[in-house]
Amino acid sequence: MSGAARSLPVVHSAPVDHAAAAAAFNANEARVDWHDAALWFVREKRDRAVEEVPEWELLRELASNIKEHTLSRLDEYLVAFESAATANGAIVHWARDAEEHNRIVHDILVSRKVRHLVKSKSMLTEECGLNAYLEERGVDVVDTDLGERIVQLRREHPSHIVMPAIHLTKEEIGETFAEHLGTPAGLSDPTELTAAARVHLREKFLAAHAALTGVNFALADTGGIIVCTNEGNADLGMALAPIHIASMGIEKVIPGANELAVFLRMLARSATGQRLTVYTSHVHRPREGQELHIVIVDNGRSEQLGRKDFWRSLKCIRCAACINSCPVYRRSGGYSYGATVSGPIGSVLTPGIDLHKYAALPFASTLCGSCTAVCPVKIDLDAQLYRWRQIVVDAGLVSVTKQLVARAGGRVLASRRLVAVGSMLFRSMLRAFPARLLRRLAGAWGRDRELPVPPRESFSAWYRRERGDGHDVA
Amino acid sequence: MTVALFAPCYVDQLYPQVAIAALRVLERLGVKVDVPSGAPCCGQPPSNAGFERLGEPALHAFVKTFAKYERTIVLSGSCALHVRTHAPQLGVAGAHVAARTVEFCSFLHDAIGIERVASLGATCSRRVAVHIGCHGLRGLGLASPSELQVGRFDKVRALLGTVRGLTFANLARPDECCGFGGSFAVVEPAVSAKMGRDRLRDYDGGNADMVVSTDVSCLMHLEGLARRDGVALPMMHVAEVLAMSAR
Repeated sequence: MSGAARSLPVVHSAPVDHAAAAAAFNANEARVDWHDAALWFVREKRDRAVEEVPEWELLRELASNIKEHTLSRLDEYLVAFESAATANGAIVHWARDAEEHNRIVHDILVSRKVRHLVKSKSMLTEECGLNAYLEERGVDVVDTDLGERIVQLRREHPSHIVMPAIHLTKEEIGETFAEHLGTPAGLSDPTELTAAARVHLREKFLAAHAALTGVNFALADTGGIIVCTNEGNADLGMALAPIHIASMGIEKVIPGANELAVFLRMLARSATGQRLTVYTSHVHRPREGQELHIVIVDNGRSEQLGRKDFWRSLKCIRCAACINSCPVYRRSGGYSYGATVSGPIGSVLTPGIDLHKYAALPFASTLCGSCTAVCPVKIDLDAQLYRWRQIVVDAGLVSVTKQLVARAGGRVLASRRLVAVGSMLFRSMLRAFPARLLRRLAGAWGRDRELPVPPRESFSAWYRRERGDGHDVA
Repeated sequence: MTVALFAPCYVDQLYPQVAIAALRVLERLGVKVDVPSGAPCCGQPPSNAGFERLGEPALHAFVKTFAKYERTIVLSGSCALHVRTHAPQLGVAGAHVAARTVEFCSFLHDAIGIERVASLGATCSRRVAVHIGCHGLRGLGLASPSELQVGRFDKVRALLGTVRGLTFANLARPDECCGFGGSFAVVEPAVSAKMGRDRLRDYDGGNADMVVSTDVSCLMHLEGLARRDGVALPMMHVAEVLAMSAR
């Protein structure tokens, strides 16, 4: 597999143009409808699963408090986790950034002569660009989560953090499997395709010398890590391979098993509308003869933790409920965000990593607030998007035209006289100009919409005329 | 008590009939209403576009204009939320005004009460698709959002429920955003238009013959789309419906 296609993130690359990518996605309306419906189906399933839990809002409050508490003492909890995990026989590594994470993983593999690595789903390794790093160094990396395997075969990235191949139809997956796994051309039955993937992956599991998994939660008191999957691929990988590497961001630690109970009730319900994931694996120590490595990664998280308006984004448990619920994401697709984590949570995380590259993302939202309301850990996503917008503008990362319009607008909107004069001109223009010219002048507004039909007079003018009590307006 | 009525800039200039209807409804309910000259806008448009500082003069003017009123009634959930959220940043006077600024429907529902609103005797034989602006819905609590596990309530439908002849269209996604989003409408025209068209399709599926909203900005967007597509679907603010008298 070529590495270049899979290397992320690339710092100082061209800014993400979300609007342009979204417009391209919208060129095929049937596909947008299908994508929107697929994700809305998950959102509705989530609603039904939440409906079963009368204390849901209490759980959200609790989960939010636990995360905020842990983040406020993150250094202590991480060190406690390290010593407990070490006492259990795990080897704990600390990685400052993506490069260091990748080097640590590669060093482990090289020193043990591992050529074949199986991975279960880990968005952190996507964030670090681990696959490309290892492939360039001759390690055969196989993603074993079905969705991730599909996008890996297609040399694509996951378009969604929980459902990596949600952007693909079963027919497209059939074509990919026909090309790479030798299934009959035209096969698109999901059960048969899954069976073919199972056979293919089984070989990979048996050949692997090491298994890498992500971590959903790390328990500070016992040093245990929790991995939640639906396919059992993480379990099979770590049960067979002589080496288990678990990569986790620093924000994954929670105090202990009591707190875990709260999150396990919320994660799968929020993510897919399941009560629990099919597998919830608790790993505390290596098997007899097995090595267990835990790599704890910062990669910009400490910096985000230090930002007073954005540190709460680290409460995220990566359930993707905000993504599924986002009316913009559903109609723009995961790739339009140009980042590992897309949707509302991605748009508050990525500007902190590279403001220049991701300056457009805080604006890829109507600020409707659905993300904030659906978030199981109560991240104030819409408020953070609003704050990032201010920072993007202050950094001068919006067009000069926008700056001029805003400056003029700000002045006009503070003065009743200027609003009245401006609007009178606008209303006369709407009345006097031919429709074709107006459509052109309406710019982005007029692409799909007519301009409003202008009234003869404003409300203030009417009020003065009717009530005549000295309102000095046009 | 004398209340102040605030018609946001675009309502004042482009939809005077909405403000006139609101004024008439309030006065028929025996509320004494002032329409002070002064602030034309709350400053939300530049602020949500990232230019908060450029929006501040407008917000300052708003605070100054409405400081002396016990209640300021705003004909937009979005503008009301902007004032309530951001005016406190301007100090004590801002916090004072923020706490006394309410959206039109919540004022009718909470301060006037459904029974008195029913006494208006409004009549409107339409099958109505209700669109509560997202800021009014999730920010001000005009209704229970579908995301939350709370008891179901809806102040807007409660108000419209007093209107004789009016029925509600069943919608597949009653609280999906319409895609207006202020500057979003021009920064992301493709997604914005698609979101709006999806709402129109939902209204059509529910056999709605009218759209009623708390926010005329959403309607300006939806109406612009409908007219471009040659769809004749009347759209009104809640105040206009309540002002439709049989008399």
